[in-house]
Amino acid sequence: MPKPSHARPLSPHLQVYRMGLPATLSILHRLTGMVLYGGCVLWAMVLVGMCLGSSAAVYAILHTPLGYVVSMAWVGALYYHLLNGIRHLFWDVGKGFELSQAYLSGWLVVGFTLLLTAGTWGWLLAV
Amino acid sequence: MGLAFGRLGSGRLFIMQHTGSDSFRSPLGQARGLGSSKSGVSHWWFQRLTAVCLVPLTVWFVVWMLPLFFQAGPDALMAAFQGLEVAGPAMLWNICVFYHGALGLQVIVEDYIPSEFGKMVGIMLVKGLSVALMVVGNLAILKLFLMR
Repeated sequence: MPKPSHARPLSPHLQVYRMGLPATLSILHRLTGMVLYGGCVLWAMVLVGMCLGSSAAVYAILHTPLGYVVSMAWVGALYYHLLNGIRHLFWDVGKGFELSQAYLSGWLVVGFTLLLTAGTWGWLLAV
Repeated sequence: MGLAFGRLGSGRLFIMQHTGSDSFRSPLGQARGLGSSKSGVSHWWFQRLTAVCLVPLTVWFVVWMLPLFFQAGPDALMAAFQGLEVAGPAMLWNICVFYHGALGLQVIVEDYIPSEFGKMVGIMLVKGLSVALMVVGNLAILKLFLMR
């Protein structure tokens, strides 16, 4: 499409409408997806590092404070994206579209994400 | 095979042979080039397919891989990849995650890059990077697997 000669104004949206839970969780799904992809780039680098014989170095880097922070954030994003993804799959077969259901499933996703992330890291770091 | 009956815009009736094509477009519509030039269904379908595959694969990843990286030592981590129960799902995970991620990033490119050329470049980069990472990752797993 050719670029228009005048940039026409957009109708305001974020400045006008309040984003409820469904909209917030939707953009969070996209954001966690991007974060997860970035983590998978690191995962590929970890695999390459290991196969080149540097697993000790890889392991050491993972166990630095930054390594822990990045890994915890990635696992948190993973749980959120997984649970909200399942919520999406239910919508794909037509279930759960009522507003009350969307809010209920939304809060369940948030709650279980926090629970699973905290639980996983409690278990990983306790042993 | 059979006959299809239709009515032209001018009101004239016509009879055509129905070839059994599964397109929802009538032959006249196809001849006139009506309808969308693109198809998004395969993107939608593979996004859901890889998502469903990733549900058990993610459970495996959390239960098997995270302890290897954070509880076992580096030697145990390397040795684990010599087992099929780690190498196999890890390769499947790579394939599904980079396929699913590429489809997801493609939508992000389409949403936020306004120019058609920018979209093309962005989508090529996303798909290219995903294929490269998947292949390199799986080659690394293969090498680790064969190190026994």
